[in-house]
Amino acid sequence: MLRELIRYRDLLYMLTWREIRIRYKQSVMGFLWAMLMPMLIVGSGILVRQAFAMTSGKAVTWNDVLAISIKGVFWAFFAGAVRFATVSLVSNSSLVTKIYFPREILPLSSVFSAAFDFVVAGAFLAVLMVFAPTMFSIYLLWTPLIFAVLFLITLAFSVLLACANLFFRDVKYLVEVIITFGVLFTPVFYSAHALGKWAPLILANPVSAVLESLNDVIVLHRAPDPFWLGCAALTGVLGTFISWKIFQKAEPAFAQEI
Amino acid sequence: MSEIAVSFDHVWKKFRKGERFDSLRDLVPALAKRLWSGRPTGLGAKEFWALRDVSFELKRGDSLGIIGPNGSGKSTTLKLLSRILKPDSGSLMVKGRYGALIELGAGFHPDLTGRENVYLNGTILGMKRAEIAKKFDAIVAFAELEEFLDTPVKRYSSGMHARLGFSVAAHVDPEVLIVDEVLSVGDYHFQEKCFARMHEFIRNGTTLIFVSHNLTAIGSLCKNGLLLNKGVPVFQGDVQGAIQKYYALYEEDTKSSDLEITGIRLTDTQGRDRDVFDPGEGAVFTVQMKALADITNAHACAYIRTRDGQPLFDTATSRYSDTRLTLAKGECATAVFRMNLNLQDGVFPLGFSVSSEFDEYFIYCNMGLKQLVMTGDRKSNGFVYLNPQAELHLEKVEVDARVLRPGAATRQRGALVE
Repeated sequence: MLRELIRYRDLLYMLTWREIRIRYKQSVMGFLWAMLMPMLIVGSGILVRQAFAMTSGKAVTWNDVLAISIKGVFWAFFAGAVRFATVSLVSNSSLVTKIYFPREILPLSSVFSAAFDFVVAGAFLAVLMVFAPTMFSIYLLWTPLIFAVLFLITLAFSVLLACANLFFRDVKYLVEVIITFGVLFTPVFYSAHALGKWAPLILANPVSAVLESLNDVIVLHRAPDPFWLGCAALTGVLGTFISWKIFQKAEPAFAQEI
Repeated sequence: MSEIAVSFDHVWKKFRKGERFDSLRDLVPALAKRLWSGRPTGLGAKEFWALRDVSFELKRGDSLGIIGPNGSGKSTTLKLLSRILKPDSGSLMVKGRYGALIELGAGFHPDLTGRENVYLNGTILGMKRAEIAKKFDAIVAFAELEEFLDTPVKRYSSGMHARLGFSVAAHVDPEVLIVDEVLSVGDYHFQEKCFARMHEFIRNGTTLIFVSHNLTAIGSLCKNGLLLNKGVPVFQGDVQGAIQKYYALYEEDTKSSDLEITGIRLTDTQGRDRDVFDPGEGAVFTVQMKALADITNAHACAYIRTRDGQPLFDTATSRYSDTRLTLAKGECATAVFRMNLNLQDGVFPLGFSVSSEFDEYFIYCNMGLKQLVMTGDRKSNGFVYLNPQAELHLEKVEVDARVLRPGAATRQRGALVE
């Protein structure tokens, strides 16, 4: 399976490139497009926090803003990738019914093109952080690993949902709704620990664990919670494996069911 | 050279027809209902065989044309070969790199330029980027689109779109080439170019599998033919035979409400039954009929058409004799047409009709009652055979150095241009 993907790596590259190219070509804003989603998320997050601050009397600190920005950018990657990947098979139905290639490439290219947006937004954020009075610590080195975990989780959802949407066309509406409100069920605007004993309920969501770990290593300068990050990593690896298996099992039926 | 390149071994493929739950919105209530009533409701999955027990084998360099009416399983066969579909039973094998021309310009994005789409489409067809870069100039030159390379494809005409698509596909250099009905695009000049390219592939040892309704193209490109009808292989063998059988599929309606054809014969001038004739040979077409109702003063006509239905020739018995076709119910008659088949190689449907006295309507009409196969003399081409003789006379003339000075000739041509 991996061997075949390697054989078709040029196709993966070109399809990813196509998605990026179209997105940046069509929009007048160009690269600002990659910033739009995270900026909206971060903006609304800060607004919500400000509202809380008014009632609780605790002022919004620079750390809060930083936490929301980082979580927002990573969340935007997850949401964007899953959203694009869900429709990736159906919107390329002419390819699916006419040409053979490993179908995983379609959801994969959606994830990769979202990763490109993430890199653009992330670079922007990094520059802001350097100019703003931010402390950096050795714990920052955890970030790539945590991103890898998030990437696997994203892959698991993307591959599975792309396949599901092929068989059931309303899956994409469900995904839209869940992602829109998911930002509230995931600790993007707040900290999971603020919920006290209910925190584990939130952290059971692997994306939450990833976001909290990012908050730990970038903002709070401490090691991430090994248990919850471990759980998230396990979910990512197993989830990717299982949804890949399901995808492959269903693949022979794609061309005739689409 | 005789290694097996493609094999198709007792392949069966089924499809479902009818409605299918394609949304959760429909599925969930249906499941609930099923749980509630304990019995499945609605129609079960209706399945039908799109291909039944199809087998063939191609050696390297062979060419196979697959023909048949709509819905006979031609495209399904190609999709199985290109691994888009998987068979329900049986096995198939394609050896070596294959190129599938099932859709031209697959993955073309309207907002991207021609240049960008060449790369995109090329990788979709299985080429490496480095390979495309190497062949890029050849691809563009073949499509004759040098000037429009940096124009978004959405501004292309449909012909330009198809040209670019074919051009990319033609440069994949496959060992096995699978072509669906895609060549009916572009102008005449480009179609010729496509065919030349396909001939070149075959000459270079590419195995070709070609599906088309253009039987002239199939006949000229392919050596072998496979005729499918409703998923069943009806005929397998040489391509002309397959084409002839294809027409024979439509030969069945020999009866109208007023007239029944009881016998059809095609013979040579010696009275031997023949289907295949040499150009210029004499043939006798005999039709026996029986009246199922009274017929008065009707005309019996014979037709020869091309395979795409263009009329080539027709005549009627009433133009050669005063005997009119007048029959009481139950009576019989025989119409005999003698002609010289001045036709070139190909398959020609032979038709017969009985029309009413003043030609207002057909009492009986069948434009494909019989197939006529012409061999070629390999010396001349076209539709008609004009019994040609040709020779060339060379005239040796003493060259006068003063008249044919090269300089003088050039000056003269220059003057003309001015």
